[in-house]
Amino acid sequence: MNVIIMGCGRVGAELAHLLDAEGHKVTILDADTKNLQRLPSEFGGIALTGDATDEDVLRKAGIAEANAFVAVTRDDDRNAMAAQIAKQIFDVPKVVCRIYDPPREEFYRSLGLEAISPTALFARLIRERLGN
Amino acid sequence: MYIIIVGGDEVGSRLGKELLASGHEVLVIERNPERCDHLTDELGSISLCGDGCEMAVLTKAGIARAGAFIAVTHEDDDNLAACQIAKQKFNVPRVIAKINSPKNEHIFAKLGIEHTVDVVGLVLEHIKEQAGISSLIHLLSLKDEGVEIVLLRVTKDLPIVGKPIKELLPDYAASSLLVRKGHPPVVCTPATVLETGDQFVFLIPSRDIQLLRASLIGAGQGGK
Repeated sequence: MNVIIMGCGRVGAELAHLLDAEGHKVTILDADTKNLQRLPSEFGGIALTGDATDEDVLRKAGIAEANAFVAVTRDDDRNAMAAQIAKQIFDVPKVVCRIYDPPREEFYRSLGLEAISPTALFARLIRERLGN
Repeated sequence: MYIIIVGGDEVGSRLGKELLASGHEVLVIERNPERCDHLTDELGSISLCGDGCEMAVLTKAGIARAGAFIAVTHEDDDNLAACQIAKQKFNVPRVIAKINSPKNEHIFAKLGIEHTVDVVGLVLEHIKEQAGISSLIHLLSLKDEGVEIVLLRVTKDLPIVGKPIKELLPDYAASSLLVRKGHPPVVCTPATVLETGDQFVFLIPSRDIQLLRASLIGAGQGGK
């Protein structure tokens, strides 16, 4: 798989490392160069500084050849915009984005985006752990 | 009409003020509490402090009864998110987004937000025109029809001086309006010959505007 990840926070860096270790081609982008230092030293993919809501940046990152795109910055709106650009403008087959705000997760799903809300997910998970 | 504006900076607050003055009911949603206070001082209690992309905030703003929704923050991703929610979730009839990066215009259109305003681009165009760098002035976009209304000032260095208008606008010469000093405005014929100092207002399909601009620049004039 050829994957582009936007946002090198804890989740982005961990996912990049995971996919890279499995032998996938990984390109990770972050608007802040400092965040790219989160990547482990053995990371063999490409790390780039840039804003993935900018289509020229995505083009440089090789989005035309990518078959998956993941948006995990801390900003829901950026994630939603980048994910929609990847899906609608560049026709990337698999696009996943993180949307913290649960009502917006539902909204973007209604637009056909694969949106995941960690907020809703963890709340459910913790509720389950609490038992009856 | 009830109009919601997201973003209370220079554009948002001036727009709010003007819409209020023309009798509309206005609400400005602004994230920064200090700016919210400033809005209240200036315009009265017509601001709501919060994130205009959040459903809860929009619901509190009464978005369901809004007749128009305008997003003018400095971030294109915020303007896109707010407008998509307004249009696709709450069916607001008229939704307009400010775009900060001109290359996002086609992205917004593709994602369902057809009505965008490139504020900085408009300002630059006027500055270039005032500075005598450009003679082509964009007046209005009719986005639904894919047509632009522009004004051309014929300066002496333009390659079309002394030539009939059909050489510049083969297809639309007949829809242009000529204003020549000392004469009443007239509708052109394709054979109307251009003189230095003439001004033309004409309709042109949006897709052809770059071509027209290029033909003016190509001759050593225009957006240098």
